[in-house]
Amino acid sequence: MRIDCPCCGLRDNGEFTYLGDASPARPDGMDASPAAMLDYVYRRDNPAGPHRELWYHGAGCRSWLVVTRDTRTHDIAEVAFARDAARARDAEKAVP
Amino acid sequence: MSLALDRATSAAAPATSPATLQPFRTAAGGLIDRSQPLPFTFDGHAYTGVAGDTLASALLANGVRLVGRSFKYHRPRGILSAGSEEPNALVELRTGARREPNTRATVAELYEGLETASQNRWPSLRYDALSINALAAPVFAAGFYYKTFMWPASFWEKLYEPLIRRAAGLGRAAEAPDPDHYDRMHAHCDVLVIGGGPAGLAAALAAGRAGARVILVDEEATPGGRLLAERRTIGALAGTTWAGDAIGELRAMPDVRILSRTTLFGVYDHGQYGAIERVSDHVAVPEEHAPRQRYWRIAAKRAILAAGAIERPHVFGGNDRPGVMLAGAVRAYINKYGVLPGREFAVFTTSDDGWRTVADAVAAGARVVAVIDSRFEVRAGLTQAAVAAGARIMLGAQVIDTAGRPELAAITVMSDAGRTETIRCDCLAMANGWNPIVHLDSHLSRKPVWDARISAFVPGGLPGGMTAVGAAKGQFLLSDCLDGGARAGAAAAADCGFAAVSPPPYTTDPESDAHEPLWRARAGRGKAFVDFQNDVAATDIELAHREGFRAVEHLKRYTTLGMATDQGKTSNMAGLGIMAELTGQPLPQVGTTVFRPPFTPVAIGALAGHHRGQDFRATRHTPSHGWAEANGAVFVTSGQWLRAAYFPQTGETDWLETVRREVSTVRSAVGICDVSTFGKIDIQGRDAIKLIDKVCANAFASLPVGKARYAIVLREDGFVMDDGTVTRLGDTHFVMTASTANAARVMQHLEYAHQWLYPHLDVQMTSVSEQWAQFAIAGPHARDTLRRIIDPAVDISNEAFPFLAAAAITVGGGIAARLFRISFSGELAYELAVPAGYGDAAWRAILNAGASYGITPYGTEALSVMRIEKGHVATAEINGQTTARDLGLGGMMAKKKDFIGRLMKERPALIEPERPIVVGVRPVDPNDRIRAGSHFIGVDVTPGPEADEGYLTSVAFSPVLGQWIGIGLLKNGAQRHGERVRAYDPVRNGDVVVEICAPCFVDPKEEKLRV
Repeated sequence: MRIDCPCCGLRDNGEFTYLGDASPARPDGMDASPAAMLDYVYRRDNPAGPHRELWYHGAGCRSWLVVTRDTRTHDIAEVAFARDAARARDAEKAVP
Repeated sequence: MSLALDRATSAAAPATSPATLQPFRTAAGGLIDRSQPLPFTFDGHAYTGVAGDTLASALLANGVRLVGRSFKYHRPRGILSAGSEEPNALVELRTGARREPNTRATVAELYEGLETASQNRWPSLRYDALSINALAAPVFAAGFYYKTFMWPASFWEKLYEPLIRRAAGLGRAAEAPDPDHYDRMHAHCDVLVIGGGPAGLAAALAAGRAGARVILVDEEATPGGRLLAERRTIGALAGTTWAGDAIGELRAMPDVRILSRTTLFGVYDHGQYGAIERVSDHVAVPEEHAPRQRYWRIAAKRAILAAGAIERPHVFGGNDRPGVMLAGAVRAYINKYGVLPGREFAVFTTSDDGWRTVADAVAAGARVVAVIDSRFEVRAGLTQAAVAAGARIMLGAQVIDTAGRPELAAITVMSDAGRTETIRCDCLAMANGWNPIVHLDSHLSRKPVWDARISAFVPGGLPGGMTAVGAAKGQFLLSDCLDGGARAGAAAAADCGFAAVSPPPYTTDPESDAHEPLWRARAGRGKAFVDFQNDVAATDIELAHREGFRAVEHLKRYTTLGMATDQGKTSNMAGLGIMAELTGQPLPQVGTTVFRPPFTPVAIGALAGHHRGQDFRATRHTPSHGWAEANGAVFVTSGQWLRAAYFPQTGETDWLETVRREVSTVRSAVGICDVSTFGKIDIQGRDAIKLIDKVCANAFASLPVGKARYAIVLREDGFVMDDGTVTRLGDTHFVMTASTANAARVMQHLEYAHQWLYPHLDVQMTSVSEQWAQFAIAGPHARDTLRRIIDPAVDISNEAFPFLAAAAITVGGGIAARLFRISFSGELAYELAVPAGYGDAAWRAILNAGASYGITPYGTEALSVMRIEKGHVATAEINGQTTARDLGLGGMMAKKKDFIGRLMKERPALIEPERPIVVGVRPVDPNDRIRAGSHFIGVDVTPGPEADEGYLTSVAFSPVLGQWIGIGLLKNGAQRHGERVRAYDPVRNGDVVVEICAPCFVDPKEEKLRV
């Protein structure tokens, strides 16, 4: 596989470390419930199809990336900086 | 060796060349050099081949047709093919450390002095004792593994398995380390052309002429593919000449690279390809500095699959007899290698191209006795050469049996009317159509699709950026190969932004590719093999069908069809065809199995390349390495690092003695240890403290400037990831340390927390592990020693610089440094960091400064002894399975802030009292030795898994206590101080009664630390 890092360009996947599903959001704060945290830590869907997932470009720019990859074909539809995706996620959460 | 040279020399070969010693070598013709004889041996017999031979062609030239025994029945086998699809002719090459089993004789290039041997035979190839297996064939039918050797179970280990292993072994691997080295290359190109036959050459020419960067990969010593094996013309040129010209033109292009002797073995995602170049397989010993093989990882924007096709054998009785060969291979031996695989040929064909064999054999001086074509009608003109040669032409007939001991001497032909007759011949050429090589395009799980016109599977949905051309696409006419190749090459170049012009259509000599497959001939008496390498016969497929293993994946596993090292290159289609007949389904509905990489076997050594032994991974040296090495340090690997374990002095006879001295010196005077390997992360920004508070489980908001604090980092699941220190150098400036082993992981974790969990925090961080050399200076004279090297203005008195103080200072006259008063040993101790470039100088300066106090350098062993004496946990305890509570650090967990791992560490199972928790232990008898890994069990309890109460994680001989001590994890350990248990270690005969104590053996009140 090759991943088109938005900072470094198209790079071999040996430079990256896989983490997993990017959809669960951490239940932050002292009010978070143990049940929600358990889901966040352990429960994952295993979709056959597009999957938003976190990769770390450890041998490159050290950026965390959100890669949208089709689990059936490995086709990569999009690669974005995780920080941008996280800010968008948090902005959405902040909207009442 | 260039093609042009081959042609020139072969044409000029004198009639009295040494080749005349080879009874089956033709007098002229072929792309070989008869003036260069190459002596070699096979099973100890001396033979001679010529330059340009493969082992197979050289054996055939010498009349050697029996070259191996089959896997299961030990049947005599010969050479079936002339390429990498060969299932039968597996041999052992070379001797000693370079001995290499299971190599296909058809792809092994001959060199002077090559020693080869047949396999799977005893006592000799011609008289093989285990060929008796063939008499017991019913026992070895499909599924025999599942039906026999089952009962009684106790027989398996002692009897069945050794028996099977002895009987089933093929070649022998070398027993000495491989003396050669292997290389790896990464390459990028616009257009990758896979296969250097006519289609591939035409594609490479079109793409190269357009200016694209092209890599052409071809398996053989010289590209050309079937052009070298057939007598064809392109325009006014002989096919071989056209190929030679094309290669010459490609070589002259600056952006075209031809990789010959290279097999593209795997297709991977996003335009990545794996290939193996056999750099030195064709010579006895690689040239100096040259690798044996080179693994290529190629990234290509476009790929053109021109891998060609593999001819299909016929399935009939005795079709595995030496002398029965693929027709295309017969033509290759005649036209390319100048070898006649027999004297009297018969041809059994179902396709027009099979008839080409007649003219080629006759032209080379052989006799063709019969052409058997199962079709009732063939194109007018096809039979012309056979008529002229006086061969019998038998339409609508089939070969059903063979005879010979063991080499072929006669065939039995059955006419359409059912009449049989025996025809004498010593070589039977089989032509049953061709299968496009769909392996590579199915590596990404694309299923091939059925093409009824050619009765074969062709590439289906190709991976992105890949196009199939020529025979690989099912286009078997030379003109289609050339035109399709050129079009695809031009299109691929255009896709990469190069304006390309397709050449005008190529013209060739007349050709036809009509074909009507025959999946199995009518039954004869002999066994009709489908898969030669795994000895799967047509009757095995019938058996699988009868027993219900009809789905293609079941058929494969039950019969082992296609599961040999050749992955069924010559057998899968016949197997599917027979199953289709048996089930009455159309063949495409039976389906096909998916091929996986590698296309042909790849040596693990080639994939590993230089990453082996010492070079398996990079070696990192600490700043004091040079001094340590010069002073006789013994090193230990810690991840990539080489760290000094201890520094033996003259007269010290074992490591324990040395370590004891180092510890005692530190505890009584002063010592220095290189701790530069710890991870160091510089964290800056307005919100730096907020990020640290999220990542660390203990509280940091209150950390003042100029102070260091022990830090615990948890994983989100509540277990400890690592420990270290966080120092506040300024209001918004921190430096965090991580353990040597976890440095990279903690950095990744911090980046994750920052970029993904808390993206709004205003903070930046970078690793400074390599930038700072850091030394621990420990012992009662640590301050005295330090004073001699730091600049005079720096006040390090206990009052000005107490325990856990930290500051940016200067040393050696203005050199920036950082000083931390932290201690792993429990002594008065500092860690001094200097820019890495000053590391070696600082180390020497400190040793000089401490000389009058008797300073000793100490290594990781003494470091470990002292931390065990102090009960500090390290990697042995922070092993990914322990929580802060388990480590006795539960009380440090912050209560009033959210941090990673906060909730999950409170899961019921992680806080139950029975959970093992850290304790100290010491043998009741001070003379007893304990070992890490021993399990704790009750004193009077019978050992067993249910008696297990935890285990010893770390042990050391304590010079302070004069006995072995340890720390471990014991169930409910905090409540059991004073209790006795056994440290039970049956593997090393250890069974020692120990007393549980608090995990701190030296200075529990920490008085030495704070003076």
